[in-house]
Amino acid sequence: MMMKRNTLKEAVFVDGVRTPFLRSQTDFKEFSAYNLGRLAIAGLLSRTKADPALVEHTWFGNVIQDINTSNIAREAALGGGLPGHTPATTVSMACISSNMALTSAVNAISLGQISGAVAGGVEVMSDIPIRFRKSFRQKLLETQRYRKPSDWLQFFRGISPSDLLPEIPSISEFSTGETMGQSCDKMASKYGASRQEQDAYALRSHQLAAKAAEEGLFDREVIPVSVNGGSAIIASDNGVRADSSLEKLASLKPAFIRPHGTVTAGNASFLTDGASAALIMEREAALEAGFKPKAIVRGFTYVARTPGVDLLMGPALAVPLLLDRLRLTLKEIDVFEFHEAFAGQMVSVLNALDSREFAKKELNRPIKVGEIPIGKLNTRGGSLSIGHPFAATGIRLVTTAANRLLDENARYALIAACAAGGQGHAMILERFDA
Amino acid sequence: MKNRSNILTIDQEQGIAIVTLNNPGEKVNKLSEELIEEFSVTCDSLEQDPRVEGVLLMSGKEENFIAGADIGMFKARETAHELAELSRVGHQILLRVEHFAKPFVVAIHGSCMGGGTELALACHYRIVSDHPSTKIALPEVKLGLLPGMGGTQRLPALIGIQKSLPYLLTGRNIYPRQAKRNGFADEVVHRHGLKEAGIRAAKKLAGGTFVRKDRRSLAEKALEGNPATRALIFAQARKQTLAQTKGNYPAAMKIIDSVEYRYKHGFVKGMDNESKLFGELAVSPESRALVQLFFGMTHAKNNPMENRVRPVETIAVLGAGLMGAGIAEVSAEQGYRVWLKDQTADRALKGKAQIDENLLSKVEKRILNPMDRDRQLSRIHTTDSYDGFGRIDLVIEAVFEDLELKRSIVKEVQRESGSSTIFASNTSSLPISEIAAGARYPGNIIGMHYFSPVQKMPLLEIIKTPKTKQWVLATAYDVGVKQGKTVIVVNDGPGFYTTRILAPFMNEALLLLEEGASVEQLESTMKQFGFPVGPIALFDEVGIDVGAHVSEVLGALFRERGAKTSSKAAELAEAGYLGRKNGKGFYLYPSGKGKKKKVNRAIYSYFGGEKRKKFTPEEIQSRMALMMVNEAVLCLQEEILLSAGDGDLGAILGLGFPPFLGGPFRYIDREGAASVCSALEKLQSKHGDRFRPAEMLQEMASSGKAFYD
Repeated sequence: MMMKRNTLKEAVFVDGVRTPFLRSQTDFKEFSAYNLGRLAIAGLLSRTKADPALVEHTWFGNVIQDINTSNIAREAALGGGLPGHTPATTVSMACISSNMALTSAVNAISLGQISGAVAGGVEVMSDIPIRFRKSFRQKLLETQRYRKPSDWLQFFRGISPSDLLPEIPSISEFSTGETMGQSCDKMASKYGASRQEQDAYALRSHQLAAKAAEEGLFDREVIPVSVNGGSAIIASDNGVRADSSLEKLASLKPAFIRPHGTVTAGNASFLTDGASAALIMEREAALEAGFKPKAIVRGFTYVARTPGVDLLMGPALAVPLLLDRLRLTLKEIDVFEFHEAFAGQMVSVLNALDSREFAKKELNRPIKVGEIPIGKLNTRGGSLSIGHPFAATGIRLVTTAANRLLDENARYALIAACAAGGQGHAMILERFDA
Repeated sequence: MKNRSNILTIDQEQGIAIVTLNNPGEKVNKLSEELIEEFSVTCDSLEQDPRVEGVLLMSGKEENFIAGADIGMFKARETAHELAELSRVGHQILLRVEHFAKPFVVAIHGSCMGGGTELALACHYRIVSDHPSTKIALPEVKLGLLPGMGGTQRLPALIGIQKSLPYLLTGRNIYPRQAKRNGFADEVVHRHGLKEAGIRAAKKLAGGTFVRKDRRSLAEKALEGNPATRALIFAQARKQTLAQTKGNYPAAMKIIDSVEYRYKHGFVKGMDNESKLFGELAVSPESRALVQLFFGMTHAKNNPMENRVRPVETIAVLGAGLMGAGIAEVSAEQGYRVWLKDQTADRALKGKAQIDENLLSKVEKRILNPMDRDRQLSRIHTTDSYDGFGRIDLVIEAVFEDLELKRSIVKEVQRESGSSTIFASNTSSLPISEIAAGARYPGNIIGMHYFSPVQKMPLLEIIKTPKTKQWVLATAYDVGVKQGKTVIVVNDGPGFYTTRILAPFMNEALLLLEEGASVEQLESTMKQFGFPVGPIALFDEVGIDVGAHVSEVLGALFRERGAKTSSKAAELAEAGYLGRKNGKGFYLYPSGKGKKKKVNRAIYSYFGGEKRKKFTPEEIQSRMALMMVNEAVLCLQEEILLSAGDGDLGAILGLGFPPFLGGPFRYIDREGAASVCSALEKLQSKHGDRFRPAEMLQEMASSGKAFYD
């Protein structure tokens, strides 16, 4: 008998859902990441009516981890109604964690290892772990060795009151010590993103998100969540400011670099709670199970640069790399869904892609990548307006891109995102029956 | 000769004889005469064997120690004397264990009921597994019996009088944690550690180093320590028991007698008295009725059409109200994936939030662990559309009782789903054939009538029409059993069986009110008769509007027979008195925890004013009960019911017909068809044709036949 050899299989995006994305410390503040994550998985099973047995592995992203659920993928999958015998892996890659969850599923499916997976991510930024300082933690651990009550006398030796102050984690780059806002502000200066351009971009994001919500375009992807024992039902995002204006945005003070910085609370994404999940399957298995998949995952790439001023330029590097690999050009793309960490970062990335100088210097190619047609980019808003629960954003981008492919009867969608650590990601979807 | 090692196997380990109980070919172990005989022989040989230092008794079953005595043993004996003798035989073998010359240790894993618990009590040392399946109980009282193998004697001696009485009088479970705390268990270990712990315990006992600690509180010791205060304990227990049983359940009182007798006359006389009382109870009509009920329920667990069952994985429940949410909850609990649909997503989510709360309270009571709660909840998906209903195996509608609405839902569902989806209606009165009229797949339509609150009420009434396909019926039955329900199958007709016999009962209550009876007297008199809930309170629970709708559906049928019907339910509903659901019915329901309902005197203006008059209890009881009983016979006569047994199960489990009376049919058998018939005729001459005895009953009265052999 011959050993069985595998040929590559095609992975399809069947469907995706997300909880509403809410500003931190609002209606999801009582939730743990586990709880919100399990709701996303249960919601996905509810929307697709998929038999949980079809799911052979779960990959779930999470950035700010709770030590009690360090493999949150496993707990959320169990609690979300997936079978106990389905393995689960937690993926952490900053803001592109759930992109990595999704591409891990695609890889395993392509290789024929499994034929169905759940990919998702969750972030509850209302519930960040606050620790004691190292010196006090050390003291607490020492007490495990205490034998008699008098040993406790040594506990207070060498402790100063300031040791009792909690340590609140900051969103700064570990390798450089700079916050992301500071990096972005510098990056915006370098790539010529003016304060006015940034504010205008942010305003556009809010207006488009508000319009999309108004038109019910998110109803397909958002699963309602009941809070406070069913006394309230949350079915929409709460970070979108439909009533914003350029004047209001212009009046905000710089948040990171004072006094001349350009990044403000109004043109940056905000702290968000939310979760997302998608069903990824092998093409034939999906059809056999009676699904009508939305899109085929055609390709993806990850890039990285040593963290520095170009911390969030990942998309400008990843997009040309992937287009070249798939022999596609920007002209063939109808749907663009880019992660909006900051308006300054978006404008910088768009400028860089449209810059010959950038192409020569960073991409080692003579011609610029090209201009992204703004009318096709993030037409339903983005992270600036909808919100950015780190590890949940990737699946939101892919889900919206897939839905846009159907609504706009388009063929290719390009998804791109930046991430802390100087990393970036791009992915191409093709509409299923295109 | 029979193979002696049929049930018991014996292994020797480290000088300890490990006796494993394993009834061949059965899921559970039962105490039978065969086992007692084998056990006795085994005891002899182990006692004589010098290599054996001690004995460890265990079960070879997966999640069962001993399920109790084989009730078949009782059936074979007729008189109180014979049954008392059976108890004495049990006593002898357990005394043999108690007086065994070497340590006798028992390790309990899984359910340990009745005689199993009594056997454990006779052992020298008890080890209990901490597994969730481990439950220990003396449920004899539920069968109208007392624990006749020393249970009333040894349990109080072990854990104290006050701690033991609740277990003896209610038959409730002792869980491992409680067993450890109250002293029933000498040790609690994990299931895989039972054998090792058992061997060590036997060796410890053989070394004579074990002294059991008295776990009673100081107050308990003081109260139980002298005859005067003991008398107080028993007096108090009798008072409470009488208030609860209204004297309808003699077993509870005899259990108290039996415990007290031991404290007055000592163990030896106490044991003999226990046997005597056991014999008396075992032949009592109450016990006979309860034992039959138990058999009926056990029998109903077996799906008669098992080979036609099709697999069900997904259930959709339409309507997320109290009923719909309840059905969703018991389904998700059993592993079904449930789609809870309502007109709006909000309403569906509200229904789910209600389930969330029920499960949360189970978590707080430690009945359910938090992850299992989440998993159950995650199986319930809310929706406001029929999208993808082609994937649903069983759709159960629990929407408003409106024929046109239900018909349109059938159409909508069957447009989405194929011929492999079952459509069940949870209507309480509308004929299923009418709901199915004009349907695309009428053979897939069936009635699944649940009772509220679904989580607690044990009955499922399944209604088949002439068109219902066999596999549809078989599958609905299977789902019902999996949901933990006792299932009866009836034929279609207005109100089917349960609602059909409830309607004239409720009508009679309204007529009595019209004649001037007071709510209080109706309630207390019918509770005295043995109903757990008074008819008026039941009216409020069901909903006065629902009651009005039922009388609308059934009214024609009754009037055709010349029955007088009350129109008061419709009038009250019209005036906004809906019952418990809006806090305003025959009772007023003040909001806030712990606040009690009180009679709503305003409703008397519909029944001739505040001045009420007294009826004799006999009149109320006979009018109400015989109304229901006679209608039940009519249902059998008209072949709505397929058997008297189904009729008894349905009335007891669905409507609260007094269980000790055994149901309407067993009640007739007990009273005699002739006597019931003449009582009805008397009522007929006084109150009209609604009391005309069913023809079937008249025939039985003249032929002297009974419903049961």
